[in-house]
Amino acid sequence: MSGPSTYDPKSGLEKWIDSRLPLPRLMHDTMSTFPTPRNLNFWYTFGGILTFCLGVQIVTGIVLAMHYVSTSALAFNSVEAIMRDVNYGWLIRYVHANGASMFFLAVYIHMFRGLYYGSYKAPRELIWIIGVLIYLLMMATAFFGYVLPWGQMSFWGATVITNMFSAIPVVGSAIATWLWGDFAVGDATLNRFFSLHYLLPFIIAGVVGLHVWALHVPGNNNPLGIDVKTPQDTVPFHPYYTVKDAFYLVLFVILFASFVFFEPDFFGNPDNYQPANPLVTPPEIVPEWYLLPFYAMLRSIPDKLLGVIVMAGAIVTLVFIPWLDTSRVRSCRFRPLMKQFFWAFAVVCVILGYCGAQSVEATAFGVPLVWVARIATLYYFAFFWLIMPIVGLIETPKKLPASIAQSVLGDSAATPAE
Amino acid sequence: MRLTKLTRNLALGLGLGLLASPAAFAAESATARHHPKHVEFEFEGPFGTYDRGALQRGFQVYKEVCASCHGLQHIAFRNLADKGGPEFSEAQARALAAAVKVPAEPNDKGETTDESGAPLTRPGLLADRYPSPFPNENAARANNAGSLPPDLSLIVKARMGGPQYIYSILTGFHEKAPAGFKVPDNKHFNPYFEGWTIGMPPPLSNNGVTYSDGTKATIDQQAHDVVTFLAWAAEPKMEDRKRMGFAVLIFLITLAGLLFAAYRRVWKDAH
Repeated sequence: MSGPSTYDPKSGLEKWIDSRLPLPRLMHDTMSTFPTPRNLNFWYTFGGILTFCLGVQIVTGIVLAMHYVSTSALAFNSVEAIMRDVNYGWLIRYVHANGASMFFLAVYIHMFRGLYYGSYKAPRELIWIIGVLIYLLMMATAFFGYVLPWGQMSFWGATVITNMFSAIPVVGSAIATWLWGDFAVGDATLNRFFSLHYLLPFIIAGVVGLHVWALHVPGNNNPLGIDVKTPQDTVPFHPYYTVKDAFYLVLFVILFASFVFFEPDFFGNPDNYQPANPLVTPPEIVPEWYLLPFYAMLRSIPDKLLGVIVMAGAIVTLVFIPWLDTSRVRSCRFRPLMKQFFWAFAVVCVILGYCGAQSVEATAFGVPLVWVARIATLYYFAFFWLIMPIVGLIETPKKLPASIAQSVLGDSAATPAE
Repeated sequence: MRLTKLTRNLALGLGLGLLASPAAFAAESATARHHPKHVEFEFEGPFGTYDRGALQRGFQVYKEVCASCHGLQHIAFRNLADKGGPEFSEAQARALAAAVKVPAEPNDKGETTDESGAPLTRPGLLADRYPSPFPNENAARANNAGSLPPDLSLIVKARMGGPQYIYSILTGFHEKAPAGFKVPDNKHFNPYFEGWTIGMPPPLSNNGVTYSDGTKATIDQQAHDVVTFLAWAAEPKMEDRKRMGFAVLIFLITLAGLLFAAYRRVWKDAH
C-alpha cells in the first residue's frame, strides 16, 4: 500500500533537499497522503496516543534526571526535593509517574485491539512481533524506573524480581550477583538501573520506528479485517486521521490530567513513600498494577523455577500468536465463537491482575485466590495454544463484506464520488 | 451477539466489582487493624484546601507534642511561610526557627562539641530543616523502649488509609482491649494499628496544648489539626496542584470541543 510516492517538490529549496535527503518526501508519504482504511474506529487511535506517551515520558524523564541523585543514600531525598524545592518538580514527577500507568493502559488497549481484529495475521506478523518487543522493553523500563525513588516497594520489588534469576539452575545465583553488581540489591544496582532506565526509552523509540515502518508496508488493518482493494476504501491520513487521533488524544490527556492533578497517588503504593530499608520487609510486596497478572502467575506456582518459566512463557507466547491463529478471517467481528473466548480472555487477565494484588492467603467467596490464579493461568495459556488453533479450524465465520467502502458508504460506494 | 454482550457485561461487572471491593475479599487475620474512622478533612476532594487555622494549630501540636520523638526532616522553617501552607508571616517563621536549636557547623577552632562534649547547636534559620529529635536510629530506639518513631514528613502519604488512618491512631487509644488480649509491657493497645499494639504511648490529652486562637483543645480537635498539618507536610503543593488542574482541564475540554467540531467537519462526507 505504500506504493509510488506522491510527493511533488514545488520550490527550488524543496527540490534541492529532495535530491539529497528525501526526508520531506518520507514525511509527506507516511504522514500526509498515506492511504488509510476509512473505517478505523476509536480503538485505532491508541497508536498515536502511545507515541505521545513515549514522548511525555522521555521529556519529563530528562528533566527529572537533572535533579535526581542515583545513590542509595540520597535517591529518596532527591525525589522529595524534586517534589518540594524544584520549580514545578511535583508536576513533572507526577506526570512521569502517572505517565507510566497511562502508557501501559494505552498499550494494553492497543494490544487487545490487535488481538480482537486479528492485526497480527499475515501480512502483519512482524508488526505484532516488534510490538511484543516494545512491550517487553516497556516492562523492563518501567521496572527500572520504579526502583529509582528507592522507597520500600522500589527496593523490595527489585529484590523479588532480580531474585527470580537465581531460580535458573547452576548459574542462577551467579547471574543474580552479576545483575546486582553486589551480593544484594544496593548502590551498584540502583546506579545501573538508573543508567538502563535512561537508555531503554531511546531504544524503544528506535523500535517504535521499526514498528511504524513495518506498518507502512501493508498499511493498517481495520475493524472488518478485510484488505484494502480500491482507493475508495481509504482516505488520506491527513486530515482524516490526524484530526481524529488529535481529538481522542485530547480525551486521553483529560483522563491523564485528572490523575496527575487530582489523584496523583492513585496508582502508587503508600509503602513507596517510606525510604528503602533492607532490614524491614513490607508485609506485602506488590508490583505496579500493569505487572500484576504476571505476578499472579509467578506466585500461583509453588516451584520457583517453574513459576519463572511460566511467567516468561506468558510473554514469549505472544510472539507465536500469528501462527497459532489458524483462522482465515482476521476480525473477531466475523468470528462468533472466537469472540466469546476473546472476552473470556480479557476477563481472565483482569482476574489475574486482581489475584496478583492480594495477599497469598487471600480468598474470594471461600475459594483460595491462589487456585483462582492457577485456573486463570491455565486459561491464559490454553487460549493461545489450544483455543486459537482449534477454533480457527472448526468455526464458521460470518460472511465478510465485499469491501470497506461498501460497508461504510453502503452501495453508493459503487460510484467513486465522495 | 446477545451472548457476547452478556460476556462483555459480565467481564466489566466482575472487573469493576473486584476492583471496587478489595475489603470484601481480603484475608483478615485476627488482629488485623480496624478500618480507619470516617472523618472528613477540608483538604480532601477536588476543591479541598488546607484550613489555615488548622495548619497553624497543627504545627503547634507537632512542635509541642510530636517533635519530642518524631522528626520532620523534609520541612524547612521557610516552608512554614510558604503559600498554600500554614502561611505564618516570614517574621513569625524566623522566630519559630530561632526558638529551635539545630546542629551547628564546626566553630572557628574547628570544634564540633562544647566543653562538656555535647554537640554544638545554634538557633535555627529559615533555611534550616526541622531537626530530628534523635541523632540516629539506635538512639531513637534506646529512648523509646525499642520502638522507632517514624519521621512524620510523609507519614500521611506513606500509610494506607492516609489522613483517616493517622487520625484513628491518634484518637484510638481509649478503646478497651478485648478480654484475654495481652498487651506486652512498653506497648499500648490501639485497634487501628496492625497487630493492635503500638509502641507509642497515647500522645494527646484534653488541653494538652493551649491554642492561642481560643479553639478548645480536645483530643479530637488536636488530632484533626495535626493530621491537617501532616497532610500539608506530605503534600505541600496540593493547593497549587488543584488550582492548576482546573485551568488545565478547562483548557483541555475546550480544546477537545474544538477538535470535535473539526473532526465532524473533516469527516462529514467521508462516512
